[in-house]
Amino acid sequence: MGVNDMISTFEVVRNEQRCIQCRVCETQCANLVHYYHPDTGLMMSDESKCVNCQRCVALCPTRALKIMKNRCRMRENANWSQDTILEIYKQADSGAVLLSSMGNPNPLPVYWDRILINASQVTNPPIDPLREPMETRVYLGRKPEQISRKEDGSLDTKLAPQLQLSLPVMFSAMSYGSISYNAHASLARAATELGIYYNTGEGGLHQDFYRYGAHTIIQVASGRFGVHKDYLEAGAAVEIKMGQGAKPGIGGHLPGTKIVGDVSRTRMIPEGTDAISPAPHHDIYSIEDLRQLVYSLKEATEYKKPIIVKVAAVHNIAAIASGIARSGADIIAIDGFRGGTGAAPTRIRDNVGIPIELALAAVDTRLREEGIRNRVSLVVGGSIRSASDVVKAIALGADACYVATAAVLALGCHLCRTCQTGKCNWGIATQRPDLVKRLNPDVGSERLVNLMNAWKHEIKELLGGMGINSIEALRGNRLMLRGVGMTEKELEILGIAHAGE
Amino acid sequence: MEQYVIIGNGVAAVSCIEGIRSVDTESPITVLAAEPHPTYCRPLISYYLEGKTTVERMVYRKKSFYEENHVTVRYGVTAHKIEIHTHEVFLEDGESVPYTKLCIAAGSSPFVPPMKGLEKVEKQFRFQTLDDALALEQALTPDAKVLIVGAGLIGLKCAEGIHGRVASITVCDLAPRILSSIFDDLCAARMQAHLEQHGISFLLNDTVTEFKGQTAVMKSGAKVDFDILVAAVGVRANIGLVKAAGGNCNRGIVVDARCATSMPDVYAAGDCTEGYDLTIGANRVLALLPNANMQGYCAGQNMAGKAAAFDKGIPMNSIGFFGLHAMTAGTYFSEQEGGVCYEECDDKHIKRIYTKDDHMTGFLLIGDVEKAGIYTAMIRNRTPLYSVTYDALQKDPSFASFSAEKRGQIFGGVV
Amino acid sequence: MQVSKMKRVYVNEQWCLGCHLCEYNCAFANSGKPDMAVALKGKIIYPRIRVEQDGQITYAVNCRHCTDPICVKSCIAGAISKDADGVVRIDQEKCVGCMTCVLVCPYGAVAPNENGVMQKCELCLQNSCGEPACVKGCPNRAIVYEERG
Repeated sequence: MGVNDMISTFEVVRNEQRCIQCRVCETQCANLVHYYHPDTGLMMSDESKCVNCQRCVALCPTRALKIMKNRCRMRENANWSQDTILEIYKQADSGAVLLSSMGNPNPLPVYWDRILINASQVTNPPIDPLREPMETRVYLGRKPEQISRKEDGSLDTKLAPQLQLSLPVMFSAMSYGSISYNAHASLARAATELGIYYNTGEGGLHQDFYRYGAHTIIQVASGRFGVHKDYLEAGAAVEIKMGQGAKPGIGGHLPGTKIVGDVSRTRMIPEGTDAISPAPHHDIYSIEDLRQLVYSLKEATEYKKPIIVKVAAVHNIAAIASGIARSGADIIAIDGFRGGTGAAPTRIRDNVGIPIELALAAVDTRLREEGIRNRVSLVVGGSIRSASDVVKAIALGADACYVATAAVLALGCHLCRTCQTGKCNWGIATQRPDLVKRLNPDVGSERLVNLMNAWKHEIKELLGGMGINSIEALRGNRLMLRGVGMTEKELEILGIAHAGE
Repeated sequence: MEQYVIIGNGVAAVSCIEGIRSVDTESPITVLAAEPHPTYCRPLISYYLEGKTTVERMVYRKKSFYEENHVTVRYGVTAHKIEIHTHEVFLEDGESVPYTKLCIAAGSSPFVPPMKGLEKVEKQFRFQTLDDALALEQALTPDAKVLIVGAGLIGLKCAEGIHGRVASITVCDLAPRILSSIFDDLCAARMQAHLEQHGISFLLNDTVTEFKGQTAVMKSGAKVDFDILVAAVGVRANIGLVKAAGGNCNRGIVVDARCATSMPDVYAAGDCTEGYDLTIGANRVLALLPNANMQGYCAGQNMAGKAAAFDKGIPMNSIGFFGLHAMTAGTYFSEQEGGVCYEECDDKHIKRIYTKDDHMTGFLLIGDVEKAGIYTAMIRNRTPLYSVTYDALQKDPSFASFSAEKRGQIFGGVV
Repeated sequence: MQVSKMKRVYVNEQWCLGCHLCEYNCAFANSGKPDMAVALKGKIIYPRIRVEQDGQITYAVNCRHCTDPICVKSCIAGAISKDADGVVRIDQEKCVGCMTCVLVCPYGAVAPNENGVMQKCELCLQNSCGEPACVKGCPNRAIVYEERG
């Protein structure tokens, strides 16, 4: 019994009147919280193991379970919160870097929630999306500076390769390894059905998913895992991952225990070896170096696929983006500090990077000022939570959004933030076969399609309200946004007026 | 247009009608029924005495069955003679019933060996038909002492049926154990002990030499006083009609896989036949309701011109007394015959599974009979043991011991 | 009655989690009670669908509503029928509990209820559930109700 074992974070509350000892909670808990005691015929619980993933709550057929914040608390202290103290205990015990997963949970400002959207009244008519055509399709890729046509009217300009999206949302990178085969299958099938894209992450592309290639963005990251000729040719676009919002400045580390079977084959590394993605790409120390990789990949894919460069939103993001635009990349993906992850050092996740709203506004402004905004499309991610976040991002200057947390939530994730343990009870962030099978891709892909279709309806309604009938007409239209409760500086960076102005 | 005639009105006759009607919905069918009742299931008569069913509920098919199937039933008539050359059945009164296709579903009759003084026993009963049961019921009194001769299925089900309605029940049998046709010594002893717990007495390895009034003098010298005698020694297939007409008979009417007899246009089904037992690869009398049903259906289809075969007959029994169930199926080959026996035995249950030449040939279960049908199907389908994980299957009848492919076929498709 | 075209319950073992919820949903649906806790608290359940498990293999078994059901042919009481809609039903009034159906069912899908009367899946057509409760309640859509074959 160590000091840190004294307080369980959660409390399992079982209504004995309702519990019928069906033991579903027991079979479903990979953390072994619940167990049956044959002598008393009662279900018991070991609360110290509970991560509050809500699997037992969701499956209990008599609604007999509640997981509560443990009422047993340490003495209140506004400076030393209980979580902070428990982290100290944990590190005093282990001597190790604290690990956590999913996005930064701390109460830092969410600028989306301080931005409000305009609507048409009297002087310009709103559009009813149920009656009028409404275009949510977008194209990502370098746009020509000007267009020339032949005598017969056909296009003379040679267009750079483009990604066509039925709505301005894509599933962002989650590697096979960090998430399960069935999670990947769900994403791939949904992206295909929706006419959008999902992203392999840096884990390579499982053989079974090559058939979804036309809706796949394949990633090349610092570890270069799973990168080979067929892989590069399989996808619709190639993404160079320079950084990730949840852990800017550091690499990745998928423990050897998760490098099993197909994961090892797909990553092209031996079973049981740790998959370490270095912090930097060791061949990239400048924009010029990046340009070399961009063009290497363009060569390898015969200039048929757009190249995406993904970076984390950090302090000098505008200058970095300007450099990326000049490197020949077709699309820049920027990942904000609230982005999710399968595992990251807690201190990095919670303290490094900047909000995506500010980064996006700064980058869009900078690229416009430099006259190179048309050279690249901008994709932003890092906690895009709803259709209104998407609309606000477009109005701030984005071409499309990346979503991952919202997607895994649709797959059943309850944001317990313990992906790093590999015991995801929802079958998403795990490689344990008994857990992986809990996510039926028939269900998963259907829920993803539902979610995106719902967002599409909402986007249309918001657009219609503004009197706008296409995403193209909203992009960078910051007049459609107003801020509330922000400082002059924040409004200045966002390039929007305060509400009432 | 055919003219179908069925002799008998038991389960085989009903399924024969269903078999015919699955092919031919037009031609007339005539049923010659010796008993005055619509088809009921004979094995239910003990449940009737026990109060688990009623005469109304014992009916095998709903009332409108014959009408819906355009069947003329002639109750209380007995076929006397078959004339195969002229395709006629003669009734006792000489009436001729012409047929184009005939099915003999005449069942079996109780066999009572000669016993000295039997004819003088006043309250003596057989236990095969509903009328037998109704007559026996009339005689039951709370203080009656009952002697049942025969510790086979019929005798013991009778004992269970009247238990609680009489003062005492004694069962005697010449065999050294009860249910000797389906049980070995161990299982018989287990079931006997269970029956004894419920107050039934046994005199085994013993037989009645003489009845002296209300007393049976046994071969062992014992004397048993009784008020009611039930003779349940055994049954014999009713083969007389066919034998007289020159048809091929052994202990039953010999039929082929189409349920055809050796005589043209004459088929037979049910307890009166001797059909193929796939566990021994030879014909034998399989007087079992499921076989009667399947034979009847097969006969009916063939009579109506559709080629059908019933070649999956196996002996099997599901029998329970006072809550203890037993199931048996197939044939038990001894070690000398090349058989292998798997055995589990504890206070609660007995399990024996017999295999030979990589096939399950028989089993015997007492107590835990859950999912026994999986074993029965193994025998019936001649499923080779190499295709399953037999070590696990013998312990637990489960499809987990079958291949994923097999499970996919069963649980993912139409069976 | 030879009916093969009908909706049946199918269990896909690839997605079966062995959680046994189908068993409880079945027992509840057939209990006639309004609340599962009221219906099943402190009781041994007699579900008409059973989960079988062996290591990583889990699947659930219930009546296949065979095209040519051997239980119907074998029932000594004439209590089992295959009706025009293809559903194999047990008339519990006629059943005497002889268990011949248990002896012959190749799938082990028939079993007695708490009173020794035989029961099996009848697709929730006669209870208040209206659609098979096991299908409705399966958390991973491992059990589906559809027409195949």
